[in-house]
Amino acid sequence: MREITYSEAIREAMSQEMRNNQDVFIMGEDIGVYGGAFGLTNGMIEEFGPERVRITPISEAAISGCAVGAAMTGMRPILEIQFSDFIMIAMDNIVNQAAKNRYMFGGKAKVPVVVRLPGGSGAGFAAQHSQSLEAWMTHVPGLKVVQPSNAYDAKGLMKAAIKDDNPVLFYEHKMLYPVKGEVPEEEYEIPLGKADIKKSGTDISIVATGIMVNRAMEAAAELENEGINVEVIDPRTLVPLDTETILESVKKTSRVLVVYEAVKRGGYGAEIASMIAESDAFDYLDAPIRRLGGVAAPIPYNPELEKAAVPQVNDIIKECRKLMNK
Amino acid sequence: MSNAATLKSSSITPEKLKSMLYDMMVIRNFEETLKKLYQQGKIHGTMHLCIGQEATAVGACVPLTKEDKITSTHRGHGHSIAKGTDVMKMMAELLGKETGTCKGKGGSMHIADLDVGNLGANGIVCAGLPLGTGAALTSKMKNLGYVVLCFFGDGATNEGAFHESLNLASVWKLPVIFFCENNLYGMSGSIKEMTNIENIAERGAAYGIPSETISGNDILTVVEAVERAVERARNGEGPTLIEAHTYRWEGHSRSDARKYRTREEEKDWKKHRDPIALFKQKLIEENILTEEEYGEMEKKVQTLMDNAVEFAVNSKAPDLDTLMTDIYA
Ligand SMILES: Cc1ncc(C[n+]2csc(CCOP(=O)(O)OP(=O)(O)O)c2C)c(N)n1
Ligand SMILES: [Mg+2]
Repeated sequence: MREITYSEAIREAMSQEMRNNQDVFIMGEDIGVYGGAFGLTNGMIEEFGPERVRITPISEAAISGCAVGAAMTGMRPILEIQFSDFIMIAMDNIVNQAAKNRYMFGGKAKVPVVVRLPGGSGAGFAAQHSQSLEAWMTHVPGLKVVQPSNAYDAKGLMKAAIKDDNPVLFYEHKMLYPVKGEVPEEEYEIPLGKADIKKSGTDISIVATGIMVNRAMEAAAELENEGINVEVIDPRTLVPLDTETILESVKKTSRVLVVYEAVKRGGYGAEIASMIAESDAFDYLDAPIRRLGGVAAPIPYNPELEKAAVPQVNDIIKECRKLMNK
Repeated sequence: MSNAATLKSSSITPEKLKSMLYDMMVIRNFEETLKKLYQQGKIHGTMHLCIGQEATAVGACVPLTKEDKITSTHRGHGHSIAKGTDVMKMMAELLGKETGTCKGKGGSMHIADLDVGNLGANGIVCAGLPLGTGAALTSKMKNLGYVVLCFFGDGATNEGAFHESLNLASVWKLPVIFFCENNLYGMSGSIKEMTNIENIAERGAAYGIPSETISGNDILTVVEAVERAVERARNGEGPTLIEAHTYRWEGHSRSDARKYRTREEEKDWKKHRDPIALFKQKLIEENILTEEEYGEMEKKVQTLMDNAVEFAVNSKAPDLDTLMTDIYA
């Protein structure tokens, strides 16, 4: 099958939906000939023109509110926030407006907006350009949160996100942008709320999110040589969460490791771990649920410190050995 | 636009004039050196160079004392050098070393040096304005007498924080100077397309703040405008907005094909409005500087930079334990 990058997959999804539906448009900073900070929108202004690829001033508060207002009144905007960290400036519009309007208005409004958020560390951009704050968003009722780990999923999830009638926060990992994967040209959607078993196994269930899925897969290959057979589950969407797939896996393997890049304390992995602990799968566990997450520090600039701040393949391997008492 | 500043009208001593030129040369060489180090793979991440904008950085800091403070931006190397941050430590920071200004934890976008009144570069566009407003509040509440100069770009003036800070500083009459380096573009967005006004300085009127637009590539013009603003601030008359026209020669960051502007425009600014060449010429014409002296200065700058690179390269990387230090006071 054809291979394209994660960024090309996201662009293809956006372009297909823009061709299918005139209400879909994209707005953001530097998304014209510059192509956005990560080149995601390269070529889009040439195809769709400046009316539908709207270059905005550097005004996160205004453009996020504008996207929400347009969504409430019949448009289906895709808003690119240049780095997920800058959503801080847009927060009121996301949390107090987009998330709540439908509920507050007694079910009378809908807010079909997609907010694209390049996140994660590893690029040397330091503390204000490398965060993983998706857990904050999962805390807010009314928002959906998506976190694709490969090109195929990114395309299918983006198409589902655009078609969804709710605000969807779409977390992209900047280190995954150049990573290629098999992606069919034809249209397909991956429903929000459907996890994927990336590798099946019998000894440990690793529930990993975002780029940690890729690291878990590498760790799994290594562990295979040691006779440890792990299953890797990618929830793909944090809200809604496919609890069923996770719990079934846990019942099969009896051991769980949850891996996420965000700061471990208060990260979404804590929610996944609690969900498992509260379920009937708890009785199947042969070992305490383990979590691997980022350290409780801002992301540092020095590359070695930066690596040490978030889980790496080796950390996952070590944690799995411990779980197996090896 | 006022840019009629002449040496004769200036009260600056010849020695000071030469040291201003020298500081501009240090900034340019620092940036050129970083470019090379980046190409050699010695610098990780990204950085925003200020080549072409040396006169705004140095000129705006000339009227400031060591006690006065600045806030800077993602394009902040020049501001830091102009405010007196050690170039050796800055170089070490860029290389992520423990001897760096931020112990290797901050990098290009977070260079700060509180000891010389440098409240930090910033990765968040416009974040320095509210912070600078707060630093000016401290000065006022504690009667400390210092003023604060906030550097920011044209693009930053479309953030809400710009408007809110100007208004707040105005109603509280705070000793702050809002200094906009209008280099005509944000990352790619032309300010002409991102606002519907002729001059950014017009925005000051909305908040009752005296404002002016100046040529930012003529260092003496910059010095004089900031002197006026500093005087107002020290006299308790409140903030001033200065818009200084300039141009960044390089791309926005290390990955920029510069499709949003023409090579002709770039050439024009480099050829006719190079702030260093303009000032050098002026000093030579007025018999303050000789070509020979200029050559000596170039050598001195190169030695400084060679030493800085050597220091940075030979410095230790931070210990892994430092990952968890300095999170809380
Ligand atoms: C809140 C926020 N939005 C967007 C960015 C990304 N960004 C970094 S620099 C920049 C352009 C800033 O333009 P300007 O203020 O004119 O400064 P210049 O780069 O020209 O010095 C943008 C959009 C950011 N760092 N922070
Ligand atoms: Mg600019």
